[in-house]
Amino acid sequence: MTYPFPFSAIVGQNPMKQAMILTAIDPGIGGVLVFGDRGTGKSTAVRALAALLPPITQVEGCPVNSASLEACPDWAEIAKPDIVERPTPVVDLPLGATEDRVVGALDIERALTRGEKAFEPGLLARANRGYLYIDEVNLLEDHIVDLLLDVAQSGENVVEREGLSIRHPARFVLVGSGNPEEGELRPQLLDRFGLSVEVASPNDIGDRVEVIRRRDAFDADRMAFLTRWQGEEERTRNRILAARDLVRTVKASDKILRDCAELCIALGSDGLRGELTLLRAARALAAYRGHGRVTRKHLRDVAPLALSHRLRRDPLDEAGSGARVARIVGSVLG
Amino acid sequence: MSEGRDIWVRAHLALACLAVDPAGLGGMVIRARPGPARDALVAALDRIGLPIRRIHPTIGDDQLFGGVDIAATLSSGRVMRSRGLLADRQVIVLSMAERAESGLAARLAQHMDGDPGSCLILLDEGAEPDEQVAPALPERLAFHIDLDGVSLADLKAPALPGPKTARHIHVPDDALTALTVLAARFGIDSLRAPLLALRCARAHAAVQGRRGISAEDISAAAALVYPSRATLIPEAPQETEPDAPDPSPAEDQRADTEQSDNLPSGEMLIEAVKALLPADLLDRLKAKAKNRNATGSGAGEKRKGNRRGRPLPPRPGRLDGRARIDLVATLRAAAPWQPLRRKTQPDAPGLIIRASDLRMRRFEEKSDRLLIFTVDASGSSAISRLNEAKGAVEILLAQAYARRDHVALVAFRGTSAEVLLPPTRSLVQTKRRLAALPGGGGTPLAAGLKQAAELAAISKTKGLTPTVVVMTDGRANIALDGSADRPRANADSETLANSIRAQNIQGLMIDTSNRPQPALQGLASVLDAPYLPLPRADAQRVSEAVSDALSAV
Repeated sequence: MTYPFPFSAIVGQNPMKQAMILTAIDPGIGGVLVFGDRGTGKSTAVRALAALLPPITQVEGCPVNSASLEACPDWAEIAKPDIVERPTPVVDLPLGATEDRVVGALDIERALTRGEKAFEPGLLARANRGYLYIDEVNLLEDHIVDLLLDVAQSGENVVEREGLSIRHPARFVLVGSGNPEEGELRPQLLDRFGLSVEVASPNDIGDRVEVIRRRDAFDADRMAFLTRWQGEEERTRNRILAARDLVRTVKASDKILRDCAELCIALGSDGLRGELTLLRAARALAAYRGHGRVTRKHLRDVAPLALSHRLRRDPLDEAGSGARVARIVGSVLG
Repeated sequence: MSEGRDIWVRAHLALACLAVDPAGLGGMVIRARPGPARDALVAALDRIGLPIRRIHPTIGDDQLFGGVDIAATLSSGRVMRSRGLLADRQVIVLSMAERAESGLAARLAQHMDGDPGSCLILLDEGAEPDEQVAPALPERLAFHIDLDGVSLADLKAPALPGPKTARHIHVPDDALTALTVLAARFGIDSLRAPLLALRCARAHAAVQGRRGISAEDISAAAALVYPSRATLIPEAPQETEPDAPDPSPAEDQRADTEQSDNLPSGEMLIEAVKALLPADLLDRLKAKAKNRNATGSGAGEKRKGNRRGRPLPPRPGRLDGRARIDLVATLRAAAPWQPLRRKTQPDAPGLIIRASDLRMRRFEEKSDRLLIFTVDASGSSAISRLNEAKGAVEILLAQAYARRDHVALVAFRGTSAEVLLPPTRSLVQTKRRLAALPGGGGTPLAAGLKQAAELAAISKTKGLTPTVVVMTDGRANIALDGSADRPRANADSETLANSIRAQNIQGLMIDTSNRPQPALQGLASVLDAPYLPLPRADAQRVSEAVSDALSAV
């Protein structure tokens, strides 16, 4: 087994790390979109996060990683309820993946060799209860992205093709990354991601050197490096676990709800997804920090993550969307 | 030493480094047309000491990563799986890498990230600057060798010591700093570059049989890894500026790193790398900037695919996970052979289908048209015609929706032009933007044409077929640089019209002035575009005229 780079050892990139931790606390926030140049640690962070998360228990051999035998879909034909523990699944979706590979399709080999009609689960099944990572999401074909976002939203994959009629749970956190210079994402799709982060290479030479130093140390002796960061990883993991328990009880007052709505109106974001995500993310952040109720401070911290990709593009505004959100957050929340 | 010899020696040095740490360094891009130099270098790949496997850009996923072997499965009657080509530790040579689709590049990149212990050699045969390997791959490979300029006389393998392990080579902290600073000075944002350079320095030290990294290793690594990635040429430092990137001597050095005291200064390194920057760096940067919005899947009026569009006759093929089987054609191909095959396999159940019977579906897709409305919103236009133009665009948009055309909107006024609406099919968005379009100011026709031409070029790379529709009253009075200079404004517009025509972009010129302008007619002929004088036209008539003209072209 290969060990990924430890999450805590990633230098800087705090917004990205924060966004990923928030989705680990409350997967209902929706996906994370990471936009940035190559070599800024996007994929490293995703893989690292999966290793950081506590393992899941699942029925052995279940194609959709079900937690109990009752939850296994009947087409999987699983008889023995052997429960095993395994790391949170992180499934990579390659760019050229076809619809069949993603949603699953008729099992051609069984059809041809045994004349049976069977379902071959796709990547969505494997990603259930875990993460689905798409590198270069802006280059992915539109119909696949549509499909993914649809499934991510509903938590269920419905397959109606080639005479098959099958549905299975597919609850996963979608993490997309891409380089905006190579193509934009349609606004409809942007809106479906819960949080968005723009990452850049650190500008500070000291930080850059630190990145290289840590990576080099990791390559030279993985086990030693992992041992050195184990404590930190453990701390973050425990905080996430504690926050998962706490997040259900975090309260948000009417005043905070009002603030959310006012922010979204001031930013002119379409639809109500902005408000909902903002609130959920603020709640998760409050839980992560161990607070029992959402305050304006939390809102202020998550607003750029939750809202910057929901702005209408204004050709007359030169500043980036992050700056616009910061400006409006400043004027609304004071 | 001649320049060609230099390149050749550097290529061999890179190979020697690769032999030390094939997985860590990732591999090499060899950009060259087929020829003796490339053949000699490919033959020298043996030095890496791993088995060599050649693959091609159209290779299927199940061949690469393993999957069901359809042919064997069919003939044996039970599931046969094939091992993917990438399963072993090896040197993967991808020929014609510039033709690899971004999907394949992404999967290979993912495979490399998974640390399989293999290294990848890309043979890039691109002849034009815009024929480039999908950037995800070169990014992960340490070396980039362009064999252009290597002559037969240069092809003598330089003597280099054999590979050794690089495991125990100590890297002083200041070497690490020096490499990182240098990458930043050359505008290399990706942090993979300094990491690769660091590994390269280590490998280089191993090649030279040293136990610690010396100045020579650092400069060799920088020279091998950085030149192809540079995005800017560092400026000479001012005299007053303290030599910031100079690595300060570390305080507590261990015994075996005393060489690091004489690490080269930042400036020396910069000069060394600068000398190796490709001569056409600036052009390449420009080409890159131009291709930035390309999705990599190629352009063209017609595209063949297996997903949508008009069906083409089915073709024999392999089930590689991407192609779709044409069941009827497959059965038809298999049917005549059944009696013969039955004789050889009397017990086989059902139809006997061989791999050669499989037929794949293919479709041909016509690329969509993009109408780029370039609307004059200057003061002279605004008085009378802007509303008609807006109305006409809206009507055309409704038609475009029915014809599945895309629409983009460029407006020019004051001193500049801007893309108000990137290519879209959304009626609502366009209407919103159009309604908000203010009028007034000068007529920077040239700027508008420039913006439209850029948009057209971008959309072409995305596979759209652009048509530029210019609506103006023709009194161009602002030059490209924003100065109010009527003759220059006209000259600039003409130059741009020429370049649009040279790009083979269709055009349509609509003159909305009260009296038809001869200057515009001239411009239309430069554009090779139909010219429509429409004095006192209302929105309906403009749109009728445009749709007539468009169906004519």
